[in-house]
Amino acid sequence: MLKKALIALTLLAIGLVVWAAWLGLAWAPPDREMGDVQRIMYVHVPAMEMSLLAMTLNFICCVAYLFRPRWSTDSLAEAFAEVGLFFGTYGLVLGSIWGKPTWNTYWTWDPRLTAMAIGLVSYAGYLALRRFVDDAERRAVWSAVVGIIIAVDVPIIYLSVRWWRSLHQVQSSPATVDPAMVHALRWNFVAFFVVFIVFVMARYAIARARREQEMTPPPLVLEAAR
Amino acid sequence: MRPSAPPGLLSTAWILVRKDLLLEWRSRARANALVFFALASVLLFSFALGPDTTFLRHAAGGTLWLAILLASVLALGESFRVEQENAALDGLRLAPADARALFLAKALANAVLLVLVGAVILPVLFALASVDAVLGLGRLAGVLVLGCLAIAAPGTVYAAIASHARSRDVLLPLLLFPLLIPAVVAAAKATSLVFEGDPMLQSGSWLGLLGAFNLVYWSLGFALFPRVVED
Repeated sequence: MLKKALIALTLLAIGLVVWAAWLGLAWAPPDREMGDVQRIMYVHVPAMEMSLLAMTLNFICCVAYLFRPRWSTDSLAEAFAEVGLFFGTYGLVLGSIWGKPTWNTYWTWDPRLTAMAIGLVSYAGYLALRRFVDDAERRAVWSAVVGIIIAVDVPIIYLSVRWWRSLHQVQSSPATVDPAMVHALRWNFVAFFVVFIVFVMARYAIARARREQEMTPPPLVLEAAR
Repeated sequence: MRPSAPPGLLSTAWILVRKDLLLEWRSRARANALVFFALASVLLFSFALGPDTTFLRHAAGGTLWLAILLASVLALGESFRVEQENAALDGLRLAPADARALFLAKALANAVLLVLVGAVILPVLFALASVDAVLGLGRLAGVLVLGCLAIAAPGTVYAAIASHARSRDVLLPLLLFPLLIPAVVAAAKATSLVFEGDPMLQSGSWLGLLGAFNLVYWSLGFALFPRVVED
Protein backbone atom coordinates (compact mmCIF):
# COMPACT_ATOMS: atom_id res chain seq x y z
CA MET A 1 0.00 0.00 0.00
CA LEU A 2 2.69 2.46 1.09
CA LYS A 3 4.92 1.22 -1.71
CA LYS A 4 2.24 1.85 -4.34
CA ALA A 5 1.60 5.34 -2.99
CA LEU A 6 5.32 6.03 -3.09
CA ILE A 7 5.60 4.86 -6.71
CA ALA A 8 2.57 6.95 -7.75
CA LEU A 9 3.95 10.02 -5.98
CA THR A 10 7.37 9.50 -7.56
CA LEU A 11 5.83 9.43 -11.02
CA LEU A 12 3.83 12.56 -10.18
CA ALA A 13 6.99 14.26 -8.89
CA ILE A 14 8.92 13.46 -12.09
CA GLY A 15 6.09 14.84 -14.22
CA LEU A 16 5.84 18.01 -12.14
CA VAL A 17 9.61 18.57 -12.17
CA VAL A 18 9.70 18.28 -15.98
CA TRP A 19 6.73 20.66 -16.36
CA ALA A 20 8.13 23.17 -13.84
CA ALA A 21 11.59 23.01 -15.41
CA TRP A 22 10.10 23.78 -18.82
CA LEU A 23 8.23 26.74 -17.33
CA GLY A 24 11.36 28.07 -15.65
CA LEU A 25 13.84 27.36 -18.44
CA ALA A 26 11.85 28.20 -21.56
CA TRP A 27 8.42 29.67 -20.90
CA ALA A 28 9.16 32.43 -18.35
CA PRO A 29 10.79 35.61 -19.71
CA PRO A 30 14.51 36.19 -19.02
CA ASP A 31 15.43 38.78 -16.41
CA ARG A 32 16.14 42.31 -17.74
CA GLU A 33 19.44 42.69 -15.84
CA MET A 34 20.71 39.16 -15.33
CA GLY A 35 19.36 37.47 -18.46
CA ASP A 36 19.10 33.68 -18.38
CA VAL A 37 21.26 33.33 -15.27
CA GLN A 38 18.29 34.46 -13.20
CA ARG A 39 16.47 31.22 -14.12
CA ILE A 40 18.50 29.46 -11.40
CA MET A 41 16.19 31.29 -8.98
CA TYR A 42 13.32 28.96 -9.97
CA VAL A 43 15.15 26.02 -8.40
CA HIS A 44 17.32 27.78 -5.82
CA VAL A 45 14.42 29.39 -3.95
CA PRO A 46 12.20 26.27 -3.72
CA ALA A 47 15.18 24.11 -2.72
CA MET A 48 16.07 26.47 0.12
CA GLU A 49 12.44 26.75 1.21
CA MET A 50 12.17 22.95 1.35
CA SER A 51 15.40 22.82 3.35
CA LEU A 52 14.11 25.34 5.91
CA LEU A 53 10.76 23.53 6.01
CA ALA A 54 12.52 20.23 6.71
CA MET A 55 14.66 21.79 9.45
CA THR A 56 11.59 23.34 11.08
CA LEU A 57 9.73 20.01 10.96
CA ASN A 58 12.79 18.28 12.42
CA PHE A 59 12.68 20.74 15.31
CA ILE A 60 8.98 20.05 15.88
CA CYS A 61 9.64 16.28 15.88
CA CYS A 62 12.50 16.72 18.37
CA VAL A 63 10.33 18.71 20.78
CA ALA A 64 7.49 16.24 20.34
CA TYR A 65 9.81 13.32 21.06
CA LEU A 66 11.01 14.81 24.34
CA PHE A 67 7.42 15.33 25.49
CA ARG A 68 6.06 12.06 24.15
CA PRO A 69 8.64 9.46 23.13
CA ARG A 70 7.52 7.51 20.07
CA TRP A 71 9.67 5.68 17.55
CA SER A 72 7.75 7.14 14.63
CA THR A 73 8.58 10.70 15.77
CA ASP A 74 12.25 9.81 16.08
CA SER A 75 12.38 8.20 12.64
CA LEU A 76 10.52 11.15 11.14
CA ALA A 77 13.02 13.56 12.70
CA GLU A 78 15.85 11.60 11.10
CA ALA A 79 14.12 11.71 7.72
CA PHE A 80 13.54 15.46 7.92
CA ALA A 81 17.14 16.17 8.94
CA GLU A 82 18.58 14.23 6.04
CA VAL A 83 16.16 15.63 3.46
CA GLY A 84 16.79 19.15 4.80
CA LEU A 85 20.54 18.64 4.51
CA PHE A 86 20.12 17.41 0.93
CA PHE A 87 17.94 20.31 -0.24
CA GLY A 88 20.08 22.84 1.60
CA THR A 89 23.31 21.60 0.02
CA TYR A 90 21.65 21.53 -3.39
CA GLY A 91 20.35 25.08 -2.93
CA LEU A 92 23.71 26.32 -1.68
CA VAL A 93 25.52 24.90 -4.74
CA LEU A 94 22.92 26.45 -7.05
CA GLY A 95 23.28 29.79 -5.28
CA SER A 96 27.05 29.58 -5.68
CA ILE A 97 26.73 28.95 -9.40
CA TRP A 98 24.37 31.94 -9.65
CA GLY A 99 26.70 34.07 -7.54
CA LYS A 100 29.71 33.74 -9.88
CA PRO A 101 28.23 35.69 -12.83
CA THR A 102 26.08 37.97 -10.65
CA TRP A 103 28.21 38.82 -7.59
CA ASN A 104 31.48 37.88 -9.33
CA THR A 105 32.29 35.35 -6.60
CA TYR A 106 31.20 31.81 -5.73
CA TRP A 107 31.25 32.50 -2.02
CA THR A 108 31.15 35.52 0.26
CA TRP A 109 30.77 35.79 4.03
CA ASP A 110 27.34 37.36 3.78
CA PRO A 111 25.30 36.72 6.98
CA ARG A 112 22.75 34.55 5.19
CA LEU A 113 25.34 32.42 3.42
CA THR A 114 27.26 32.03 6.66
CA ALA A 115 24.15 31.09 8.65
CA MET A 116 23.12 28.55 6.00
CA ALA A 117 26.59 27.01 5.94
CA ILE A 118 26.54 26.73 9.75
CA GLY A 119 23.10 25.12 9.56
CA LEU A 120 24.20 22.51 7.03
CA VAL A 121 27.31 21.53 9.01
CA SER A 122 25.16 21.37 12.18
CA TYR A 123 22.67 18.96 10.59
CA ALA A 124 25.56 16.88 9.25
CA GLY A 125 26.75 16.68 12.87
CA TYR A 126 23.24 15.69 13.98
CA LEU A 127 23.20 12.83 11.47
CA ALA A 128 26.72 11.79 12.51
CA LEU A 129 25.58 11.65 16.14
CA ARG A 130 22.79 9.28 15.14
CA ARG A 131 25.37 6.93 13.61
CA PHE A 132 27.68 7.08 16.64
CA VAL A 133 25.21 6.08 19.38
CA ASP A 134 24.32 2.40 19.49
CA ASP A 135 21.67 2.45 22.22
CA ALA A 136 18.44 3.33 20.35
CA GLU A 137 16.72 5.04 23.26
CA ARG A 138 19.69 7.23 24.13
CA ARG A 139 20.21 8.02 20.46
CA ALA A 140 16.63 9.25 20.18
CA VAL A 141 16.78 11.46 23.29
CA TRP A 142 20.21 12.89 22.55
CA SER A 143 19.52 13.60 18.90
CA ALA A 144 16.28 15.31 19.97
CA VAL A 145 18.29 17.54 22.33
CA VAL A 146 20.84 18.30 19.62
CA GLY A 147 18.04 18.92 17.10
CA ILE A 148 16.54 21.56 19.39
CA ILE A 149 19.91 23.22 20.01
CA ILE A 150 20.84 23.49 16.33
CA ALA A 151 17.35 24.70 15.36
CA VAL A 152 18.29 28.11 16.84
CA ASP A 153 20.02 28.73 13.51
CA VAL A 154 16.89 28.21 11.38
CA PRO A 155 15.07 31.50 12.15
CA ILE A 156 18.43 33.27 11.89
CA ILE A 157 18.85 31.94 8.34
CA TYR A 158 15.38 33.15 7.42
CA LEU A 159 15.61 36.59 9.06
CA SER A 160 19.31 37.29 8.37
CA VAL A 161 18.51 39.14 5.14
CA ARG A 162 16.15 41.50 6.97
CA TRP A 163 18.34 42.03 10.02
CA TRP A 164 21.64 42.77 8.31
CA ARG A 165 20.65 43.86 4.76
CA SER A 166 23.88 42.54 3.31
CA LEU A 167 24.58 41.17 -0.17
CA HIS A 168 21.87 38.51 -0.38
CA GLN A 169 18.55 40.07 -1.40
CA VAL A 170 15.50 39.97 0.90
CA GLN A 171 12.47 37.77 0.23
CA SER A 172 10.50 39.14 -2.77
CA SER A 173 6.76 39.59 -2.68
CA PRO A 174 4.66 38.30 -5.63
CA ALA A 175 3.25 41.84 -5.96
CA THR A 176 6.57 43.21 -7.23
CA VAL A 177 7.51 40.33 -9.55
CA ASP A 178 6.38 39.77 -13.15
CA PRO A 179 3.26 37.51 -13.09
CA ALA A 180 4.85 35.05 -15.55
CA MET A 181 7.85 34.63 -13.23
CA VAL A 182 5.56 34.17 -10.22
CA HIS A 183 3.63 31.53 -12.17
CA ALA A 184 6.81 29.59 -13.03
CA LEU A 185 8.11 29.88 -9.47
CA ARG A 186 4.82 28.61 -8.01
CA TRP A 187 4.89 25.51 -10.22
CA ASN A 188 8.45 24.87 -9.14
CA PHE A 189 7.34 25.13 -5.53
CA VAL A 190 4.65 22.52 -6.14
CA ALA A 191 7.13 20.23 -7.91
CA PHE A 192 9.73 20.58 -5.17
CA PHE A 193 7.13 20.01 -2.49
CA VAL A 194 6.04 16.72 -4.04
CA VAL A 195 9.69 15.67 -4.39
CA PHE A 196 10.13 16.63 -0.72
CA ILE A 197 7.22 14.40 0.30
CA VAL A 198 8.56 11.49 -1.75
CA PHE A 199 12.03 11.85 -0.20
CA VAL A 200 10.68 12.11 3.35
CA MET A 201 8.41 9.08 2.87
CA ALA A 202 11.21 6.98 1.42
CA ARG A 203 13.70 8.05 4.08
CA TYR A 204 11.14 7.46 6.83
CA ALA A 205 10.54 3.94 5.52
CA ILE A 206 14.29 3.27 5.66
CA ALA A 207 14.53 4.63 9.22
CA ARG A 208 11.62 2.46 10.35
CA ALA A 209 13.07 -0.64 8.68
CA ARG A 210 16.44 -0.02 10.39
CA ARG A 211 14.68 0.42 13.70
CA GLU A 212 12.76 -2.83 13.29
CA GLN A 213 15.95 -4.62 12.36
CA GLU A 214 17.57 -3.27 15.53
CA MET A 215 14.67 -4.47 17.68
CA THR A 216 14.52 -7.95 16.15
CA PRO A 217 16.71 -10.36 18.08
CA PRO A 218 19.15 -12.39 16.00
CA PRO A 219 17.76 -15.75 14.71
CA LEU A 220 19.77 -17.80 17.20
CA VAL A 221 18.01 -16.16 20.11
CA LEU A 222 14.64 -16.80 18.50
CA GLU A 223 15.46 -20.49 18.12
CA ALA A 224 16.68 -20.77 21.68
CA ALA A 225 13.43 -19.24 22.89
CA ARG A 226 11.37 -21.81 21.07
CA MET B 1 17.75 14.01 64.82
CA ARG B 2 15.87 15.64 61.97
CA PRO B 3 17.53 15.24 58.54
CA SER B 4 18.70 18.62 57.25
CA ALA B 5 16.90 20.06 54.24
CA PRO B 6 18.61 19.32 50.89
CA PRO B 7 20.45 22.32 49.41
CA GLY B 8 18.64 24.35 46.77
CA LEU B 9 19.49 24.52 43.07
CA LEU B 10 22.04 27.31 43.26
CA SER B 11 23.76 26.09 46.40
CA THR B 12 24.00 22.60 44.90
CA ALA B 13 25.57 24.13 41.81
CA TRP B 14 27.98 26.10 43.99
CA ILE B 15 29.01 22.97 45.93
CA LEU B 16 29.60 21.12 42.65
CA VAL B 17 31.66 23.98 41.17
CA ARG B 18 33.84 23.94 44.26
CA LYS B 19 34.16 20.17 43.98
CA ASP B 20 35.25 20.40 40.32
CA LEU B 21 37.71 23.22 40.95
CA LEU B 22 39.10 21.46 44.02
CA LEU B 23 39.65 18.28 41.98
CA GLU B 24 41.39 20.43 39.41
CA TRP B 25 43.49 22.21 42.03
CA ARG B 26 44.59 19.00 43.74
CA SER B 27 46.11 17.49 40.62
CA ARG B 28 46.46 20.47 38.28
CA ALA B 29 47.21 17.89 35.58
CA ARG B 30 44.38 18.94 33.31
CA ALA B 31 45.01 22.68 33.72
CA ASN B 32 48.72 22.26 33.02
CA ALA B 33 48.09 20.15 29.95
CA LEU B 34 45.51 22.64 28.67
CA VAL B 35 47.78 25.64 29.13
CA PHE B 36 50.67 23.99 27.32
CA PHE B 37 48.41 22.73 24.57
CA ALA B 38 47.02 26.24 24.06
CA LEU B 39 50.52 27.77 24.11
CA ALA B 40 51.66 25.24 21.52
CA SER B 41 48.69 26.12 19.30
CA VAL B 42 49.46 29.85 19.55
CA LEU B 43 53.05 29.19 18.55
CA LEU B 44 51.97 26.92 15.71
CA PHE B 45 49.55 29.52 14.39
CA SER B 46 52.31 32.12 14.50
CA PHE B 47 54.67 29.84 12.58
CA ALA B 48 51.99 28.97 10.06
CA LEU B 49 51.14 32.63 9.47
CA GLY B 50 54.76 33.77 9.14
CA PRO B 51 56.95 36.24 11.05
CA ASP B 52 55.28 39.46 9.84
CA THR B 53 54.37 41.27 13.10
CA THR B 54 51.76 43.56 11.56
CA PHE B 55 49.99 40.58 10.05
CA LEU B 56 50.26 38.63 13.30
CA ARG B 57 48.62 41.54 15.11
CA HIS B 58 45.75 41.46 12.62
CA ALA B 59 45.35 37.74 13.24
CA ALA B 60 45.91 37.88 17.02
CA GLY B 61 42.21 37.89 17.95
CA GLY B 62 41.52 34.85 15.79
CA THR B 63 44.64 33.09 17.05
CA LEU B 64 43.63 33.58 20.67
CA TRP B 65 40.14 32.21 20.16
CA LEU B 66 41.18 29.29 17.98
CA ALA B 67 43.67 28.27 20.67
CA ILE B 68 40.99 28.51 23.36
CA LEU B 69 38.51 26.63 21.15
CA LEU B 70 40.93 23.76 20.52
CA ALA B 71 41.82 23.61 24.22
CA SER B 72 38.12 23.65 25.11
CA VAL B 73 37.51 20.35 23.31
CA LEU B 74 40.10 18.69 25.54
CA ALA B 75 38.79 20.40 28.68
CA LEU B 76 35.16 19.53 28.00
CA GLY B 77 35.87 15.92 27.12
CA GLU B 78 37.99 15.49 30.22
CA SER B 79 35.39 17.07 32.53
CA PHE B 80 33.01 14.18 31.86
CA ARG B 81 35.68 11.52 31.63
CA VAL B 82 36.53 12.08 35.33
CA GLU B 83 32.85 11.61 36.20
CA GLN B 84 32.69 8.28 34.40
CA GLU B 85 35.36 6.69 36.57
CA ASN B 86 33.62 4.78 39.37
CA ALA B 87 30.30 5.97 37.89
CA ALA B 88 30.71 9.26 39.75
CA LEU B 89 28.07 10.94 37.59
CA ASP B 90 25.44 8.37 38.64
CA GLY B 91 26.52 8.89 42.24
CA LEU B 92 25.96 12.61 41.92
CA ARG B 93 22.55 12.05 40.33
CA LEU B 94 21.59 9.76 43.20
CA ALA B 95 22.90 12.14 45.86
CA PRO B 96 20.43 13.54 44.72
CA ALA B 97 21.83 16.51 42.84
CA ASP B 98 19.49 18.32 40.45
CA ALA B 99 20.67 17.73 36.87
CA ARG B 100 20.22 21.43 36.16
CA ALA B 101 22.57 22.26 39.02
CA LEU B 102 24.98 19.75 37.51
CA PHE B 103 24.83 21.62 34.22
CA LEU B 104 25.42 25.01 35.83
CA ALA B 105 28.33 23.66 37.83
CA LYS B 106 30.02 21.80 35.00
CA ALA B 107 29.62 24.68 32.56
CA LEU B 108 30.85 27.24 35.08
CA ALA B 109 33.87 25.14 36.09
CA ASN B 110 34.75 24.62 32.43
CA ALA B 111 34.40 28.35 31.78
CA VAL B 112 36.70 29.15 34.71
CA LEU B 113 39.29 26.75 33.35
CA LEU B 114 39.10 28.29 29.88
CA VAL B 115 39.40 31.83 31.25
CA LEU B 116 42.52 30.66 33.05
CA VAL B 117 43.95 29.24 29.82
CA GLY B 118 43.14 32.48 28.01
CA ALA B 119 44.74 34.58 30.75
CA VAL B 120 47.96 32.58 30.48
CA ILE B 121 48.29 32.69 26.70
CA LEU B 122 47.34 36.37 26.35
CA PRO B 123 50.74 37.74 27.54
CA VAL B 124 52.49 35.38 25.12
CA LEU B 125 50.28 36.66 22.34
CA PHE B 126 51.06 40.26 23.35
CA ALA B 127 54.75 39.51 22.96
CA LEU B 128 54.48 37.55 19.72
CA ALA B 129 52.26 40.08 17.96
CA SER B 130 53.69 43.14 19.80
CA VAL B 131 50.27 44.27 21.00
CA ASP B 132 50.02 47.08 23.51
CA ALA B 133 46.64 46.55 25.15
CA VAL B 134 47.23 48.06 28.59
CA LEU B 135 44.37 50.52 28.16
CA GLY B 136 42.00 47.80 26.96
CA LEU B 137 42.74 45.21 29.66
CA GLY B 138 39.34 45.65 31.32
CA ARG B 139 37.50 45.23 28.06
CA LEU B 140 39.71 42.29 27.13
CA ALA B 141 38.85 40.57 30.41
CA GLY B 142 35.16 41.12 29.65
CA VAL B 143 35.48 39.57 26.18
CA LEU B 144 37.48 36.65 27.57
CA VAL B 145 34.87 35.87 30.24
CA LEU B 146 31.90 36.22 27.88
CA GLY B 147 33.60 34.15 25.17
CA CYS B 148 34.58 31.35 27.54
CA LEU B 149 31.06 31.26 29.00
CA ALA B 150 29.72 31.01 25.43
CA ILE B 151 31.96 28.03 24.66
CA ALA B 152 31.27 26.31 27.98
CA ALA B 153 27.44 26.23 27.89
CA PRO B 154 26.77 24.31 24.65
CA GLY B 155 30.10 22.55 25.10
CA THR B 156 28.99 21.01 28.39
CA VAL B 157 25.76 19.65 26.89
CA TYR B 158 27.58 18.18 23.90
CA ALA B 159 30.42 16.79 26.01
CA ALA B 160 27.90 14.95 28.18
CA ILE B 161 26.39 13.43 25.03
CA ALA B 162 29.70 12.63 23.37
CA SER B 163 31.14 11.04 26.51
CA HIS B 164 28.71 8.13 26.12
CA ALA B 165 28.93 7.76 22.36
CA ARG B 166 31.33 5.78 20.22
CA SER B 167 34.39 7.71 18.97
CA ARG B 168 33.61 10.62 21.26
CA ASP B 169 36.80 12.45 20.36
CA VAL B 170 35.53 12.87 16.81
CA LEU B 171 31.94 13.56 17.77
CA LEU B 172 32.46 16.45 20.18
CA PRO B 173 34.22 18.85 17.76
CA LEU B 174 31.93 17.72 14.95
CA LEU B 175 28.88 18.82 16.97
CA LEU B 176 30.42 21.76 18.76
CA PHE B 177 32.48 23.66 16.19
CA PRO B 178 29.68 24.63 13.78
CA LEU B 179 27.53 25.76 16.69
CA LEU B 180 30.30 27.94 18.10
CA ILE B 181 31.10 29.78 14.85
CA PRO B 182 29.03 32.89 15.75
CA ALA B 183 30.54 33.05 19.25
CA VAL B 184 34.10 32.61 17.97
CA VAL B 185 33.58 35.23 15.25
CA ALA B 186 32.16 37.72 17.76
CA ALA B 187 34.84 37.05 20.39
CA ALA B 188 37.70 37.19 17.87
CA LYS B 189 36.34 40.39 16.37
CA ALA B 190 35.87 42.04 19.78
CA THR B 191 39.39 40.97 20.80
CA SER B 192 40.88 42.36 17.58
CA LEU B 193 39.09 45.65 18.21
CA VAL B 194 40.79 45.86 21.61
CA PHE B 195 44.20 45.03 20.06
CA GLU B 196 43.95 47.37 17.10
CA GLY B 197 41.77 50.17 18.42
CA ASP B 198 38.07 50.68 17.82
CA PRO B 199 37.58 54.03 16.05
CA MET B 200 34.12 53.08 14.74
CA LEU B 201 32.89 51.83 18.15
CA GLN B 202 31.94 48.44 16.72
CA SER B 203 32.83 46.33 19.73
CA GLY B 204 29.47 47.04 21.42
CA SER B 205 27.52 45.14 18.76
CA TRP B 206 29.94 42.17 18.82
CA LEU B 207 29.69 42.01 22.61
CA GLY B 208 25.90 42.18 22.23
CA LEU B 209 26.01 39.19 19.88
CA LEU B 210 28.18 37.31 22.37
CA GLY B 211 25.76 38.18 25.19
CA ALA B 212 22.75 37.01 23.17
CA PHE B 213 24.58 33.77 22.30
CA ASN B 214 25.24 33.18 26.00
CA LEU B 215 21.64 33.89 26.93
CA VAL B 216 20.25 31.46 24.33
CA TYR B 217 22.61 28.56 24.99
CA TRP B 218 22.74 28.85 28.78
CA SER B 219 18.93 28.71 28.91
CA LEU B 220 18.76 25.86 26.36
CA GLY B 221 21.41 23.90 28.24
CA PHE B 222 19.65 24.54 31.55
CA ALA B 223 16.36 23.27 30.15
CA LEU B 224 17.68 20.31 28.13
CA PHE B 225 20.58 18.96 30.20
CA PRO B 226 18.35 16.86 32.54
CA ARG B 227 17.23 14.87 29.47
CA VAL B 228 20.82 14.23 28.48
CA VAL B 229 21.97 12.67 31.75
CA GLU B 230 18.74 10.82 32.63
CA ASP B 231 18.85 7.08 32.54
